[in-house]
Amino acid sequence: MPASWAGEVAIAGAYESPRRRAPGVHPFAIQAECARGALADAGLDLADVDGLATAASFPAEGAREMAVAEIAEYLGLRPRWVDGTDIGGAAPLSHAGHAVAAIQAGLAEVVLVTYAACGYSWPHGAADYLTYAHGPGQWELPYGPSTVATYALAARRHMHDYGTTAEDLAAIAVQCRANAAANPDARYSAPITVDDVLASPVIADPLHRLDCCVVTDSGGAFVLTSARNARSMRTRPVYVLGFGEALGQVSMNQMWPFTATAAAASGARAFATAGMRPAEIDCAQLYDSFTITVLLALEDLGFCAKGEGGKFAAAGELAPGGRLPVNTDGGGLSSNHPGRRGALAVVEAVRQLRGDSPGVRLDSPRTALVHGMGGSLSTSATLILGV
Amino acid sequence: MPEALPEALPAAPGLAPLADQFSAAYWSAARDGTLLIQRCLACGRRQFYPRGHCAGCFAPDPEWTAASGRGRLHTYTVVHRTPNAEFAADCPYVLAIIELDEGPRVTARIVGETGAIGCDQPVHAVFTPAGDAGVLPNFALDAG
Repeated sequence: MPASWAGEVAIAGAYESPRRRAPGVHPFAIQAECARGALADAGLDLADVDGLATAASFPAEGAREMAVAEIAEYLGLRPRWVDGTDIGGAAPLSHAGHAVAAIQAGLAEVVLVTYAACGYSWPHGAADYLTYAHGPGQWELPYGPSTVATYALAARRHMHDYGTTAEDLAAIAVQCRANAAANPDARYSAPITVDDVLASPVIADPLHRLDCCVVTDSGGAFVLTSARNARSMRTRPVYVLGFGEALGQVSMNQMWPFTATAAAASGARAFATAGMRPAEIDCAQLYDSFTITVLLALEDLGFCAKGEGGKFAAAGELAPGGRLPVNTDGGGLSSNHPGRRGALAVVEAVRQLRGDSPGVRLDSPRTALVHGMGGSLSTSATLILGV
Repeated sequence: MPEALPEALPAAPGLAPLADQFSAAYWSAARDGTLLIQRCLACGRRQFYPRGHCAGCFAPDPEWTAASGRGRLHTYTVVHRTPNAEFAADCPYVLAIIELDEGPRVTARIVGETGAIGCDQPVHAVFTPAGDAGVLPNFALDAG
């Protein structure tokens, strides 16, 4: 395995916008706020940055296909290395992994990964389709596949194959809400119960409203540089120990099997580059667009056997005292999900390892896994971080 | 044999399939009550959705073949709310993935009686007039 992944690059600064509602604000302004915040956290200036990665092609992100160029121009940056990989909510994790390789190759010294969207307030509403009614999409779009519905298809089959229940899924939402209780910026922080989840309106059965993430206006950013550089900066370096990415299907009629995702491949690659096993992970930030997203990730990443994710969650293993504390700031389900949660999941993992999470603070975790899942269980990227 | 249902789904403006060199035959056959899939001449694999090559072995020019229209309901969801205005009036509707007896999976709706719906139930194709969208293959639960 490539030993060069053993922490030669570190995250030296991280920032999450406290905004959750930003009517009248263009998402680029939040991008700039996040860039400023992450650089200040590292004790750096924009002039120190020579690499930029972002994705902002969703309507509520304000850019189009040249998003990284638009954001560079807006910030006032002319980077020598760029990455505009655009694989949904997993993109910021891919950016981080690619940045590690770029820094090791000498293509950049300080890489800024930024993200922002006005998912709630964006005035130009847009359909949530992943594709168009031409090419492959013509065999799916005419039938009305909303994003929630595509995840519901996976939840239904998991229930059929493994006996997973709506209560099992609800336990994930309940835990995220409990973690959000201490987070002053969380979109929702009042405790909920399994019954509350089941009593919330059904959106696409078996998924209820409280099985779905919040929709916010916000963003986040982080800064990567060599470990040698990071050790001279103002905050404790968080080392990148492992990374993997993988692609699954876009059309749901191409998902096979229906109860597993590309996380199995991205997770295996991340553990291989880190030379670690799931049992060595102290805590995780698992993409929680919907409760089923977390459940499938638990299984596909190897934290429990296939089919056991529901029992794992219902048994309280995701709680701060459980085998795998997850989404310690409240996650996308309760704290913040402007569009691509991956950026914020990385930020929370960094805060947790540095001991400054705004949510639940675990007892000195040494390792964290961050997992991103984009599209309709389509794309996957996994990072392993450590201090 | 596939049956044609008299009921019409509301057309979804802007979401009508855009026929191309590989899909025109599919949509034309649907108007005649036939569900087409493809078969690879090199490896024998059957596939949906249609392409100009086999997604298994990348051999070019798979042949069209009529599917039986029979299969099993692999998974489904009853959509009660959607952010997509084009489909809001259809709610609640059943979005499904069907595993055809020939192997490939297709996306469709389950129409007709769905009171006893469940994964792996046998289903059969029905062909639904859908305005500008032409005729959409859908599926119904087998009786009994």
